[in-house]
Amino acid sequence: MIVLLAILSVFINPEFYKIALTVATPLMFASLGGVFSETTGVVNIALEGIILMGSFTSVVFTYLTGNVWFGVLMAVVSGIILALLHAWGSIKWSGNQIVLGTAITLLAQGLTGFLMEPIFGQPGQTDFVGKIDEITIPGLVEIPFIGQVLGEISPFVYIAFGCVAFGWWLIYKTKLGLRMRAVGENPEAADTLGINVYAIRYFGVIMSGVFASLAGAYLSVGEIGQFKELMSGGRGFIGLAAMIVGNWNPVGAMLASLFFGFFGAFSNQLQSLQEIQVAANVKSLFDTIPFILTIVVVAGVVGRSRGPAADGVPYEKHD
Amino acid sequence: MKKMFQSIAVPVIAVVIALVISALVILAIGKNPIEAYGSLIHGAFGNQQAIIDTLIKSTPLILTGLAVGFGFRAGVFNIGAEGQMGIGALAAATFASNFGGLPPAIAIPLTMLIGMVAGAGWAAIAGFLKAKTGAHEVVTTIMLNSITTYIASFMVTGPLATGYGSPKSPEISTSAQLPILMRVGAMELSSGIVIAILAAVFMYVFLNKTTSGYEIKAVGFNPYAAEYGGISVSKNVILAMAISGALAGLAGVTELMGVHHRFLGELAGGKGFDGISIALIGQNNPIGIIFAAILIGALRTGSNEMQFMGVSKYIVMITQAIVIFLVAADRIVRAIYARKKVEA
Repeated sequence: MIVLLAILSVFINPEFYKIALTVATPLMFASLGGVFSETTGVVNIALEGIILMGSFTSVVFTYLTGNVWFGVLMAVVSGIILALLHAWGSIKWSGNQIVLGTAITLLAQGLTGFLMEPIFGQPGQTDFVGKIDEITIPGLVEIPFIGQVLGEISPFVYIAFGCVAFGWWLIYKTKLGLRMRAVGENPEAADTLGINVYAIRYFGVIMSGVFASLAGAYLSVGEIGQFKELMSGGRGFIGLAAMIVGNWNPVGAMLASLFFGFFGAFSNQLQSLQEIQVAANVKSLFDTIPFILTIVVVAGVVGRSRGPAADGVPYEKHD
Repeated sequence: MKKMFQSIAVPVIAVVIALVISALVILAIGKNPIEAYGSLIHGAFGNQQAIIDTLIKSTPLILTGLAVGFGFRAGVFNIGAEGQMGIGALAAATFASNFGGLPPAIAIPLTMLIGMVAGAGWAAIAGFLKAKTGAHEVVTTIMLNSITTYIASFMVTGPLATGYGSPKSPEISTSAQLPILMRVGAMELSSGIVIAILAAVFMYVFLNKTTSGYEIKAVGFNPYAAEYGGISVSKNVILAMAISGALAGLAGVTELMGVHHRFLGELAGGKGFDGISIALIGQNNPIGIIFAAILIGALRTGSNEMQFMGVSKYIVMITQAIVIFLVAADRIVRAIYARKKVEA
C-alpha cells in the first residue's frame, strides 16, 4: 500500500513532468527528422550518428569560441554534412539506405572518438564547456504546478514544439509538403508531373540532419554542458520508433515521443523513491524499461501504422 | 569468372579507398600516415606473437561476420549480433562455473550449446516480431542490445558477482575451457579459431546444399515470389534470425571459453557491430568473411601499436565506416573502376 501510494505520488510531483519533457525533447527532434526523410521516401537510420556528431560539434565550437549558440549553429552544419553524405549515397548512387545509415553512424562514432584527444587532450569525455541557460517566462512561473513544470526549462523544449508545428505546417499545408508526400508515395507519378524527385528527397534528408543535430546539441550544451562518448545512447533509434508509432506524422511522432518521455521519467523517478528499497544492481533493470517498451509499442502498432509506399526504395529515372 | 572478379574487386577497391581517406585524416592531425600504417602492420603481423594476437582477435569476428552475413542472405539485417553475443556468453557463464564434475567431452559442447541457444532465442524475438507484426528488426535488435547491457551489468554486480575490483563472474570450470592450440609468450591461441572456421563451412553447406538453406535464400532474394512458390516467409524469417543469433552467441561463447574464461561486465565490445563491416567486405560469402575478419582483426590489433604514435585507434572505425559506405553504394566503386579502365 505504501509502495502504491509512493508510485502514485510520482504523478503529482511537478518534477516528474519536467523530466518527462526533457526526456521527450531529443526524441521529438529525432522523430521529426525521421518523418522529414521518410516522407520523401528515404530511410535514415543515420539519425543516431547525426545526433552524436551534433552533441560533439556543439561542444567543440562552444569550447573554441565561448559562444554556446554558435556551437548549436555549427552542430546544425555538421548535421547537414552527414545528412548530405547519406543523401548522396542513397539518392545519387541508390545504395542500401539502412546499411548506409549504419556506416554514417559508425563514422560519427569514429570521428568523435578520434578527435577527442587532438581537441580536448583527453579521451572519454570533455570538461564542462558552457551550457544554454534555462529560461524563465515571467507570469508562467507564478502559476502553481505549471510554473514548477514550465517555469524554468531549457529553451530547446520550446524549440522542439516549434519545430513540430513548423514541420506539420510544411508537410501538410504547403505545396512543397504535397510534393514531399507525392515523392514518397509514388515517385514515378511525381516525376511525370514534373516534380524533381531527387531535389525533394535531398531536401527531406537534409532537414532530417538539421533536426537530429538539434537533438544532439540539446543533449550536450542544452542539458549538461559537456560531451561524453556515445552520449546519443540509442535516441536516434528510439526516435525512429516514435516516428513509426506516430504514423509518420509530425504531431503523431511528437505524441509518441512524449509517451516515451513519460515512461523514461517514470522509470527515473521510480528509482529514486525511498519506499522502493532495492539493491543498487536491481536499479539497472529499471533502465531496461524504455527499451522493452519501445519493442512492445513498435510491435503493437506496426500493423496499423503505414509508412510512405516508396519508403526505402531508391528511385531511378528511366529516360 | 567476371562476376567473381567483380565481387572481389568491389570490397578490395573499397578498402583501398578507405585507407587512402584515413591516411588524409591522419595527415590532417599532423602525423605521418606512412609511419602510422607501418606501425599498424608491424603491430598486426610483425612477429609471431602479433600474428597470434591477430588470430585471437579475428576468431569472434569471423563468427559475428557469419552471423550478420547469414542474416543478409536471408534478407534480414541483424544489427543485434552485439547483444546476442553478450547474452550467449552471459548465459554460458551462468552455468559453466558448475561444470567441474563433467568431462570436457560433455562440458565443452554443453557450454557451447547454452550460448548458441541463448543467442538464437534472443535473435528469434526480433525474428518473431518481424514475421508476425512487421516490426523492423533493426529497431528491435538495437533495443535488445541495450537491454542486454543492463541485464549483464545486473548479473555481474548481483547474482554472478565475485571477488573485488571490476565486476565479473566466477571463472568457468577448467573442463569447459577450450583446449589451447598454440602458446607464444603470453599469447594463447585457443581452438576457438577452428570452431569459427567450421562454422563458416557449416554456413556454406547449409546455404548451398540443403533445402532449408535454399528456402531461406529464396525468401531473402524475393519474399513475394517465395511465398507464391509455397515457401513460408514468416517461418524462414524466424529461422534465419535464430541461426544468425546462434552464430553470434557462438562468438560470445568462444570468447568466454577460449579467451577470458569469465564474463566481464561487457563482452562484445563492438565485435557484433564489426560483424556488419565484415559481412559486407566478405560479400556475405563464408570464405570472404574469414578473410574480411582477419583484415578487421589485424586493423584492431595493429591499431594498439599505432596508438603509441599518437594516432587514435578510432581511425579504424573511420576506415570501417568508409568501407561499409562504399560497399553499400557499390556503384560509386564501379564508377571509379570503370573510369580507370577507360583511361587505361
